[in-house]
Amino acid sequence: MGRSARVVLITACLALALVRAAWAVDPTELPDPALQARYLALTHELRCMQCQNEALADSPVGLAADLRREVRDQLLAGKSDDQIRAWMTARYGDFILFRPRYSLRNAWLWGAPFALLLIGALVCWRVVRTRTTLLPGDHEPLEEDGQNG
Amino acid sequence: MTKFLLPLGLFVLLAVVLAIGIRHSPEKGIIASPLLGKPAPVFALPNLTDPAHEVRSADLRGHWYLFNVWGTWCGGCREEHQALLQVRRAAVVPIIGLDWKDDDAQALGWLTQLGNPYQSVATDHSGREAIEWGVYGAPETFLVNPQGIVVYKHVGALTPDTWSREILPRVSGRRAGSS
Amino acid sequence: MLPELGHFALILALLLAGLQAFFGIAGPALARDRWSGAVTSAVAGQAVMVATAVACLIACFVSEDFSVAYVAENSNSALPLFYRVSALWGAHEGSLLLWILLLAAWTVAVALGSGRLPPRFAARVLGVLGVVSFGFLLFTLATSSPFVRLDPPAPDGRDLNPILQDPGLAIHPPILYTGYVGFAVAFAFACAAMLEGRLDQNWARWTRPWTTAAWSFLTCGIALGSFWAYYELGWGGFWFWDPVENASFMPWLMGTALIHSLAVTDKRGLFKSWTLLLAILAFSLSLLGTFLVRSGVLVSVHSFAADPTRGIFILVFLIIMIGGALALYAWRAPLLRSSAGFELGARESFLLFNNVLLVIAAATVFAGTLAPLISDSLKLGTLSVGPPYFNPTFMLSMLPLLALLSVGIHANWKRGRLNDSQRTLLYTFIAAAVLGCGFVFGLYSHARVLTPIGATLALWIILSSLVDPIDRWRRGLTLPRAVLGMTVAHFGVALAVFALTTVQSFTIERDVALAPGGTATVGDYEFRFEGVKPVEGPNYEAVAGTLTVTRHGAPVAVMIPQKRNFWVQHQVTSETAIRMHRGNNLLLALGEDLGAGRWSVRIQIRPLVSLVWIAAFIMAMGGALAASDRRYRAARALATAPEGATAGQPG
Repeated sequence: MGRSARVVLITACLALALVRAAWAVDPTELPDPALQARYLALTHELRCMQCQNEALADSPVGLAADLRREVRDQLLAGKSDDQIRAWMTARYGDFILFRPRYSLRNAWLWGAPFALLLIGALVCWRVVRTRTTLLPGDHEPLEEDGQNG
Repeated sequence: MTKFLLPLGLFVLLAVVLAIGIRHSPEKGIIASPLLGKPAPVFALPNLTDPAHEVRSADLRGHWYLFNVWGTWCGGCREEHQALLQVRRAAVVPIIGLDWKDDDAQALGWLTQLGNPYQSVATDHSGREAIEWGVYGAPETFLVNPQGIVVYKHVGALTPDTWSREILPRVSGRRAGSS
Repeated sequence: MLPELGHFALILALLLAGLQAFFGIAGPALARDRWSGAVTSAVAGQAVMVATAVACLIACFVSEDFSVAYVAENSNSALPLFYRVSALWGAHEGSLLLWILLLAAWTVAVALGSGRLPPRFAARVLGVLGVVSFGFLLFTLATSSPFVRLDPPAPDGRDLNPILQDPGLAIHPPILYTGYVGFAVAFAFACAAMLEGRLDQNWARWTRPWTTAAWSFLTCGIALGSFWAYYELGWGGFWFWDPVENASFMPWLMGTALIHSLAVTDKRGLFKSWTLLLAILAFSLSLLGTFLVRSGVLVSVHSFAADPTRGIFILVFLIIMIGGALALYAWRAPLLRSSAGFELGARESFLLFNNVLLVIAAATVFAGTLAPLISDSLKLGTLSVGPPYFNPTFMLSMLPLLALLSVGIHANWKRGRLNDSQRTLLYTFIAAAVLGCGFVFGLYSHARVLTPIGATLALWIILSSLVDPIDRWRRGLTLPRAVLGMTVAHFGVALAVFALTTVQSFTIERDVALAPGGTATVGDYEFRFEGVKPVEGPNYEAVAGTLTVTRHGAPVAVMIPQKRNFWVQHQVTSETAIRMHRGNNLLLALGEDLGAGRWSVRIQIRPLVSLVWIAAFIMAMGGALAASDRRYRAARALATAPEGATAGQPG
């Protein structure tokens, strides 16, 4: 595959993104405040596919401007947020979403915090139980400045 | 006792994942196209060289074709131009060009100066068509089969190597034995 | 000449690091005290050699020696002197050298401060540090030498990345790395304990100040990076959950857990194997972060140029260091047992909860950061994770932690006696809730659900933290520095939470298109655009826009954001104009020329955002105070319990 071309592309993008100063100011204003709020939310939630660590709202590249215009046009046409996201992922894949989809494949990612909390609670319970039973037999004196710190 | 081996075990798993990640890393930044295996977008676009006739996907049904997204502003496109001319000379698969976000006069000048590898060139001033194909950086090249399904996508400059290893086998493999 | 000298110095440093590692580990293991004694000489030698190499590289930069490839890629004849020096750490090779320099500095500090440590233990600590130094020096010399020459020499340099030409970004890497690298000391202490086969309360006491000091530096480093991102990058964000940011945040979370766990081990001899594991993991995450940034496995705006060869090298290094330490852990940790006990409501309990929640937070960030990599490697498809994942999941573990802080601070060791504090808890909570809700609903007309919760939690922490110091003061008792440090640090945490709640809830942001004379009203402020004019700088040319800011008609400021074009690297940066007014941060950034004199402008009003970084520095100050407490330098007066756990004996 054209490694040099990809390097040029990525470098140009990284240069832009690293600098990140030529970010986009997007004065688009939709007539309806509710639509405007949705526009802002969506353009922050969708990834710029060229400068991959920026949101559509912030990326200065032409593709981002085009995609922002798409979002705007579709909102004005009455599409729902989900429809717009689906439209985007049909063309660019799941990678365009900053929020991982709630799907079975991503269950491990979204479930991880809860699973961890459960494990953490179990660990706490076991440790506390062990230590409270050891308490009556523990006659070691504490250091006298043993309060706090 | 085995609970003390757990951190080490988890770390080994992580190391494996990281090692696989390194092996894949030259391909990082290349996002798999969701279009693979799906029908190519239907299009009817202005023709750069022949304003009287549109470039239409309907006309291309029944043939293999390469869909190459390019622009005069794109350095990688300059690099791959020679390779595209070679593909043209081989006369196995026609190349349809999509001139993306470009100036028509400049594009015509470029083709006159460097040679025209394309059967026809469509222009996309708004960028809408490129979005339909999920393009995120030029140059990109798609291989579409006679049934209109996208079977391969190449991101970056096309090289003779890619042509002989990825595109030609798919085209000729299908050709032999089927219509 | 200079580059060759520097290169040679690095080779000598490698050899000396090898000797340091050898003497430090083999000496005590084989009971050869002469070898153990030789370690400090090796440390000194290595430090001198590393310093020499760094000095050579700086000299190359200052003298504009463009025959050195690294200088040619990161400097330019038009580059101001200050940035020619800071360009040292502007890219991969030089930043590695900085890593090595700071590791040498920490090693020297440990060697100087190890007077009260048992000699063999000290030798082991320095030996382990030598192993780490050796690994990094080898990596640098083998794959990333900054002294590579260009032949023929470049006529001029490609200039330092314009975004790095900023004082904030000049100090951010050194301070961040000081913290990052400093966790190697805790790691070395842990490995030394494992090599020795014993870990007691003295060990915890020795390890605490080093760990807290490193943590303080890391806190400052992260805060500096965030602050810089805010005022330099131009769109008002200061934390993006970018993979490289996460790479420094995870060690910070682990380090925080480690500090608290060390307190328990020091005080009661509990959680020994857990503390050991944390010490290993904190530094492991630092190493992992180094890997992620330089290997190309993750796409990030921060990452240095990716190179799979380097990635493989670092991965092997990681496997040896972390795998080795974890193997040692699996071998030695089962011997560490304690029969101490404590109540549910005791301080130990709360520190346990603290640790569990912090580790969960770190694990969540870890999962999110590596998810794209994991998903890709296991062929589960491309996954993308951003703030919409990190923000809610991080808060899931942080909110309980913040609430428990206010309760746990009253708990005593061993027997919590929280019953005695019931009234204090209730009163402080009510006061916090009243003040918090009063602030939120009194000053602002709208709020999100989490806004009063965040404000209340923050104020509750402040009030709770003040109870004990005030009580001591009233009873005429002294406040040990460690306790003062803890109070200050918790205070910092509370301020940070308060500031973050306010910023997240009440920021107003609008992008507008303005013609000269046009006005935009955002929040309570009016912004009138006066127009743009060209400006020249030392290595750039710029366009400066002027905006007059008023509040309800009364003049506030004249703000001048700029867009700078650096002619060498052909890059454009934006200099945002930031002004503080009544606790609000007004942020203006110039966008695009829309033609006919019209420009797009980004206007943001961020209340209390500066407090975020001030709070972080307060946290770091608290850490520094605590680390400097003399008590840590005195050995424990534990006469009773049998010292150290030899195999089979409960310790």
